[in-house]
Amino acid sequence: MKAVYKNELSTYFTTLTGYVFCAFLLFFAGLYTTIICLKNQFVEFEYVLGNMCFVFFIIVPVLTMRVLAEERRQKTDQLLYSLPISTTEVVLGKYLALLTVLLLPLAVICLYPLVLSLYGAINLTGCFLAILAFFFVGAAFLAIGMFVSSLTESQALAAGLCFVILLVNYFLTTITGYISSKAVVSFVGLLAVAAVIALIIYLMTRNYYISVVMLIVSAAAIFITYVNNQSAYSGLLPKILNKLALFDRYYTFMSGTFNLTDIVFYISVAAVFIFLSVQSLEKRRWS
Amino acid sequence: MIEVRNLTKKYGDHYAIEDLNFTIEKGKIYGFLGPNGAGKSTTMNIITGCLAATAGEVTIDGHDIFEEPTEAKKLIGYLPELPPVYLDRTIREYLKFVAEAKGVAKADIKAQIEKAMEYTKITDYQDRLIKNLSKGYRQRVGIAQALIGDPELIILDEPTVGLDPQQIIEIRDLISSLRGEHTVILSSHILSEVQAICEIIMIISRGHMVAVDTPDNLEHLFEGMTTVELLMEGSQAVVEAALKDLENVSSLMAEEEEDGVTKVVLTSETDDERTLCRNIFTIARALDLPILQMKTDKASLEDIFIELTNSETDEDEEEASEVPELISSDPGKEEDTSESGL
Repeated sequence: MKAVYKNELSTYFTTLTGYVFCAFLLFFAGLYTTIICLKNQFVEFEYVLGNMCFVFFIIVPVLTMRVLAEERRQKTDQLLYSLPISTTEVVLGKYLALLTVLLLPLAVICLYPLVLSLYGAINLTGCFLAILAFFFVGAAFLAIGMFVSSLTESQALAAGLCFVILLVNYFLTTITGYISSKAVVSFVGLLAVAAVIALIIYLMTRNYYISVVMLIVSAAAIFITYVNNQSAYSGLLPKILNKLALFDRYYTFMSGTFNLTDIVFYISVAAVFIFLSVQSLEKRRWS
Repeated sequence: MIEVRNLTKKYGDHYAIEDLNFTIEKGKIYGFLGPNGAGKSTTMNIITGCLAATAGEVTIDGHDIFEEPTEAKKLIGYLPELPPVYLDRTIREYLKFVAEAKGVAKADIKAQIEKAMEYTKITDYQDRLIKNLSKGYRQRVGIAQALIGDPELIILDEPTVGLDPQQIIEIRDLISSLRGEHTVILSSHILSEVQAICEIIMIISRGHMVAVDTPDNLEHLFEGMTTVELLMEGSQAVVEAALKDLENVSSLMAEEEEDGVTKVVLTSETDDERTLCRNIFTIARALDLPILQMKTDKASLEDIFIELTNSETDEDEEEASEVPELISSDPGKEEDTSESGL
């Protein structure tokens, strides 16, 4: 794992990617600090990070698009498979390298509130917790990006797909606002979700039997709970979707509340997508 | 060293390899020979853990490649079909990564890299980016990568593809120099290459192992066989009837071409070309069938290779059973084949 981590990290910094990424993040951090804290005299550095969240749309696809897709295109994945390291180690090594690249500019950004505190009453704890939250959101997004990259061998496709996923997630709460809270809507919606999951399982495993069984079991479970407890289903779908909105949780941090459950949520999202990336790589050996 | 049992790989409904069985002994150089698409790369990918098998098992020095992949892979250096190099690293950086990933002790890494680079003659290029190297040099980097960590078993998938003749000779010498200390398996679709450096040839065709033996023994398979190609004036039926009574003829194929000329290919179990030709002439004279052309041939390894791999391409299953027959045309030798192979 260490070898993969070192190799990956030095790839970021022998090519331009790492530097461009750091410069990009620091440029916008500097810009917003100037506008919000210096020009408009706000003491809350958290606002800077809150306004900056759009950078994820750019940095996550750019940083993650090549991470696994390029290995596949250059056939270097064969090397990784034949080395005495497990797929999990490969994926973890790569993910840790991604996190390190994210940490570097954030370490610099940590200096901003320190400098600002020389000129005004800054809530330093709040600032650092906000930066921490920024890191965890980033960590969750990077894991998603890495998974998307494992699905294809085209970098462009990986970047595009990753961007779309982030965008949908960004507008998720807006979209769920339009979903009727009637129980039957949630019922149909959940059935649709179950069907989509079964389809994905089929596409990944090409195992007709497993996906059909999955679909039947989940559909039956949804149907039984729906018949037994209709009231629980009213507004269930929007509620579930809102829970999945990564950006909304981020905004609660930026308004000054530090919520440990949300951090745990981000870590879980990262863990799930790391797991899926490993599976996606493993699956390729079986095809 | 390697035990392969009932190895099968299916892509959808198509069998890439089916029920392969073989054993690789320590310290020898093995050549995997077969036409393109015969299943060579698939087999190698499975042995090295890059690909999962549909059925069967592979053990490397007692370690099952599917159950204990890390232990097994530590014993293997693998060069896949395309050298798996990172284009934006230098040779040294790349080899360092491989050494670290293979778990080479920190103190040995430098020496290992130097040794591998010296072996493959890339020391002068160590600080160049791999993307600026030619195909031949990338191939060398790929081989150097396989040598790192001094694995007992070195598996090279078509190691000389894309190299110029001089480089091919160098790489062959390099592989020969590994003899004894390492067990080497290399694949190729070029017979002369395998014949030159390998102690044991495994011929694979359409996912089946059709012959496993030393180059000499394989040649002996057809020793004592003479093939005669004839062009005679006369209809197919007449020619066939005439030659049927020849002694020791194991196969006879007659085909009428235009102008009443028949082309005959017959194989005889005799060493004595001269007597065979004289007998044919006698028959032809007696029946007044002018011989327009007569050519004799001893079977070479090339013929065996083509024979073994082609006979299966004609028709599917039933032809497959013809191949062992081909070998068993000399029963004593057939024993030989299976013995030294397994």
